Amino acid sequence: MSNPNLLEVEDLSVSFRTDRGWVRAVDSVNLHVAPGETLAIVGESGSGKSVTALSILRLLGDSGQVDRGRILFDGSDLLELDDAGIRKIRGDRIAMIFQEPMSSLNPVLTIGKQVAEPIQLHRGLPWSVALEHATELLRKVAIPDAEHRLGDYPHLFSGGMRQRVMIAMALACDPRLIIADEPTTALDVTVQAQILALLKDLTRETNSALILITHDLGVVARYADRVAVMYGGRIVESAPAGELYSNPQHPYTRGLMNSIPGLDGSPQSRLITIEGQPPDLANLPPGCAFAPRCPHASNVCHDQKPALEQIAEHHLRACHGYE
Amino acid sequence: MRLIPGDIIDLMLAQNDIATGQDRAAIEAALGLNQSLVAQYFSWIGAALTGDLGNSLWQNVPVVDQLAATLPITFELGLLAMIVALSVALPIGTYSAMRQDTAGDYISRSFSLLMLAIPSFWLGTLVMVFPSVWWRWSPELNYIPFTEDPLQNLKHMLVPAVLLGLSMSAVTMRMTRTMMLEVMRQDYIRTARAKGLSESLLVLRHAVRNGLIPVVTLIGLQAPLLIGGAVILEQIFVVPGMGLLLLEAVFQRDYPVVSGVFLIVGVGVLLINLLVDLSYGLLDPKVRHQ
Repeated sequence: MSNPNLLEVEDLSVSFRTDRGWVRAVDSVNLHVAPGETLAIVGESGSGKSVTALSILRLLGDSGQVDRGRILFDGSDLLELDDAGIRKIRGDRIAMIFQEPMSSLNPVLTIGKQVAEPIQLHRGLPWSVALEHATELLRKVAIPDAEHRLGDYPHLFSGGMRQRVMIAMALACDPRLIIADEPTTALDVTVQAQILALLKDLTRETNSALILITHDLGVVARYADRVAVMYGGRIVESAPAGELYSNPQHPYTRGLMNSIPGLDGSPQSRLITIEGQPPDLANLPPGCAFAPRCPHASNVCHDQKPALEQIAEHHLRACHGYE
Repeated sequence: MRLIPGDIIDLMLAQNDIATGQDRAAIEAALGLNQSLVAQYFSWIGAALTGDLGNSLWQNVPVVDQLAATLPITFELGLLAMIVALSVALPIGTYSAMRQDTAGDYISRSFSLLMLAIPSFWLGTLVMVFPSVWWRWSPELNYIPFTEDPLQNLKHMLVPAVLLGLSMSAVTMRMTRTMMLEVMRQDYIRTARAKGLSESLLVLRHAVRNGLIPVVTLIGLQAPLLIGGAVILEQIFVVPGMGLLLLEAVFQRDYPVVSGVFLIVGVGVLLINLLVDLSYGLLDPKVRHQ
């Protein structure tokens, strides 16, 4: 039987060079995503979610390096490819959408050019044909008057429109996998929903996989089929979205759920927060990274790192357990 | 200029050995130097508005003619120097940024520091002296107008243009390096990289234009330096340009010539900065649309 998964990340560890030496940002992460599936990776800043995403396309830059692990895409390890090999994957088979639509588009190139660029690059089509494709893509992401806006520069577009342009750019070569790194964080709440629905529809249409990276368990992750929660560089819980929302098992996930403000609470009630500070990656505790903030932590939590174990079908948790 | 000890009359009289107070007053009156400075200034500026910059006090030819003869030569020198400066600074600055903290980066940065530190008059003198001692070769010193023999003209102009260009390239190169480093850290470069672009396309298509905007400003600011450098190098390499004209005029206290040259220099600097401002429109779409 062939592998049902499009992407499999196995035992991935990534470190960054900092003033205080090498810091492990991602530690032994395992992920998989199937065609047509949407996986949300949820975590706060510094949890390693963006680094995991950047590692997949090998966009870590000079200061980051993959220490160990494999990233299998369609059966071949992306980490083994040479520079030309990974460039053929980027923008063609795997596309990426970034957080800041304001700064992620080149200010001196027209959006038509930027959307057409991957088509011209990967398909070898002449610019005129690539620009026609770009017009269709812009129409697909519901940019009004697409053919006339092709020659406009990014500063003439609003944040939501720019993110639509980014999505059009990502869709340009019909990628099998789209990685969206906090695609809606910089946008208004009303625009967020539009963009997420658009992403979801377009990936469903082409049966491509979507990895949605977010810190927002409340809104964004609801668009996912499966959710992986990261904390301190490790995955602490992973489950189908419905299961995770109805039955969160890790204390951190529970904390996140509780901190989502609801409409039913009284306006005077204080927001519920998770006590303490996010962990310092350069100085992680020997045991569970969440133990210092965990209301249920026992001795074993402070001494031993919990392994990610199956607690129900498709539901994994890294916790020593509590009652 | 008028405060420099020893005015033009002293110089004239010293050449003729007939120094009497009467002669002095006669010459002053003949040259119009007996009027007050303010009056002289207003009569000069009034005439300048009609395109008359007066006559040289020594040669009695119109300053306008002298400028017309020398300006194109200095313009050519400046243009060549600018071409040299940019063709050195932009590629090396970009290379230096792409290979940050490698041997190549250190070598190019040291080279730029060296060019910044070495005064061009010293380098010019070295170029005059050492090749002739070592290889019995010396730079061409006969000026031939471009219209007569372009090749010979370039042969003569090339050495001072390269020297002037190299000294100008230093700052531009460091600026290019800094700006390219800055641009390569931007989000849109990561976006472009995520599209699968090669590093060379990344630099050429996405980085250079963004990095160039401040560099162009710098080029505008360097224009006055160019003229200062030209004064010295024209003297060393006997280029009969505006710099040489200015230098001689200063030595001879030829006031109208000095004023004329500075007027042209001022206008030139203004024009260059106007060009710089206009070029923003080409480079930065935000400027174009507003």
